[in-house]
Amino acid sequence: MFQLSEEGLQKVQTELKRYESRQSAVIPALYIAQKENGGHVTSEVIDHLSQVMDIPVSRINEVFKFYTMFNQKNVGKYHVQICNNISCVLNGSRELTQHILESFHCKLNDMTLDGKLTVSSVECLGACGMAPMMQINEDYHENLTPEKAVEILKGLK
Amino acid sequence: MKEVQLLTEHYSKPEYRTLKGYQQWGGYETLKKALKMPPQQIIDEVKNSGLRGRGGAGFPTGMKWGFLPKNGEPRFLLCNGDEGEPGTFKDRIIFEQAPHQLIEGMIISGFAIGSKKGYIYIRGEYKKPAAIIEAALGEAYEVGLLGKNILGTGIDFDLDVYWGAGAYICGEETGMISSLEGDKGQPKLKPPFPAVQGYLKKPTIVNNVETLAAVVPIIRDGATAYRQFGTEKSPGTKLFSLSGNVNKPGNYEVSLGTPLKDLIYDFGGGIKGDRQLKAVIPGGSSAPVLTADEVLKANLDYESLAGLGTMLGSGAVIVIDDSQCMVDLLGVLTHFYSHESCGQCTPCREGTGWLNKIVHSILEGRGRLQDIELLEKVAHQMKGKTICALSDAAALPVISFITKFRDEFEFYVREGRSKVKGISHAKMHH
Ligand SMILES: Cc1cc2nc3c(=O)[nH]c(=O)nc-3n(C[C@H](O)[C@H](O)[C@H](O)COP(=O)(O)O)c2cc1C
Ligand code: SF4
Ligand code: FES
Repeated sequence: MFQLSEEGLQKVQTELKRYESRQSAVIPALYIAQKENGGHVTSEVIDHLSQVMDIPVSRINEVFKFYTMFNQKNVGKYHVQICNNISCVLNGSRELTQHILESFHCKLNDMTLDGKLTVSSVECLGACGMAPMMQINEDYHENLTPEKAVEILKGLK
Repeated sequence: MKEVQLLTEHYSKPEYRTLKGYQQWGGYETLKKALKMPPQQIIDEVKNSGLRGRGGAGFPTGMKWGFLPKNGEPRFLLCNGDEGEPGTFKDRIIFEQAPHQLIEGMIISGFAIGSKKGYIYIRGEYKKPAAIIEAALGEAYEVGLLGKNILGTGIDFDLDVYWGAGAYICGEETGMISSLEGDKGQPKLKPPFPAVQGYLKKPTIVNNVETLAAVVPIIRDGATAYRQFGTEKSPGTKLFSLSGNVNKPGNYEVSLGTPLKDLIYDFGGGIKGDRQLKAVIPGGSSAPVLTADEVLKANLDYESLAGLGTMLGSGAVIVIDDSQCMVDLLGVLTHFYSHESCGQCTPCREGTGWLNKIVHSILEGRGRLQDIELLEKVAHQMKGKTICALSDAAALPVISFITKFRDEFEFYVREGRSKVKGISHAKMHH
């Protein structure tokens, strides 16, 4: 059974009071819960949020499914998101993606066996002038080469 | 060529992002001036400056503010920091390097329109920029620049941050409002326009980050001074995000009306390697593409680009060299729009899906000559029929790519491989 920590509960309560309408707290609450649940959201998480927030499951579910930053399945300890939109493609992001996948013997969106990495291809992240780039969890890594990217990923503990 | 630095003069100084550093360079002096002006005078100044929205649509800012009801009904000011238009990374530097300039612009704008509450909606991936803005908000609250009775003037204005969660469509103003209300970020039918009925059905002004930051130099120096820059119909300066196959990509502030080729060759240092220029997308991925010949005729202002059948959009200039395959690049764009359509309107949901399928069948060597016409037909049917402009934004690149680079599409269909690269792209698209 998923349950928010005492601190998590406190944060959700703060969010519920922060905006003009309680419903606005759903996105922030999903972020809080996703973090506590190790990086993805399950139906248990949503049931719990619904109880805590007194907002119907269906409404939370709708929001959860709409936004790509909420993960529907488990992701690795490091979620590596590579932009493959136009300015990055023009600067070799697809070759970079391929090199990473081959180096770590993995497929897009599938977690590596040791649970360490999930590599995804995403849309523009607002780093187009520093292409190609990847985001590892919350951090941007810019002006990459395939070799540099693999080196950074190999250095992750 | 020199960069004009009306907005970005101090951006390279790390201390500019702190309250102390910002104030050292004249920060919040304009706010003090503004709080002594009658609100209508601020609105008039912005109107007279000719400032047009920097988020993409280029709508005159002062005129938008004028659509608010004249009664005392509560109203909101929303800053659009969703920055998702491929090629665009300019709002990010305002967040990161001049957070107080945005805050000052928002307090002035909020005061002008009679709003007591504003939000900065920031895309969820911008964690570092958001942290910088949040720190700046904390500093501003601490010294009474925000909250109740600002600087002892009796004026109240609260400002908070709201994080998006990964959806391009939340950059559309009514999609953003839905998202801020805690819903799916689906756009709403207009009218009613947000200025009349927006966030929580209250009058709401949505402006881009850069638009709100530009209010500071406009009020500081006055509309006439602002008009010294730019052209008659496109006054002022604008940030351009230069990316793609150029030597020096980055954000550049230039006077509107600057020749596009100057941005690419002078500021951007020209095309990377020993390549030639082939095409430029001048205003973010939704803007129709220009050929190399057209680039020579284009100026970076609203009218010049409209005259060439494209648009200034968000100011994202994407440079494409002659080693690139236009069929391949169109595949990247159709994938994006089909992924980002919110699905409410049939022409957009179905149309973006079809465009993407057809382009990919060509890329995989399964294309037929009639598919090229089919793409154009589907794209035309998507225009002007939907709740928001995403559908048009998805259709326009398709039409312009095919019209201007038809030979590349025909070659690909006939030979099953790229005319430029000589290979099939079947395996390259994720
Ligand atoms: C699909 C779509 C995406 C948009 N994305 C953004 C965006 O990321 N940032 C932005 O400021 N405006 C975006 N806009 C434009 C907004 O709807 C709106 O016009 C703008 O925020 C108004 O501010 P401005 O007048 O200051 O430009 C988008 C529009 C559409 C149709
Ligand atoms: S045009 Fe597309 S993105 Fe816009 S509201 Fe309709 S379906 Fe959604
Ligand atoms: S296109 Fe890759 S970050 Fe914008």
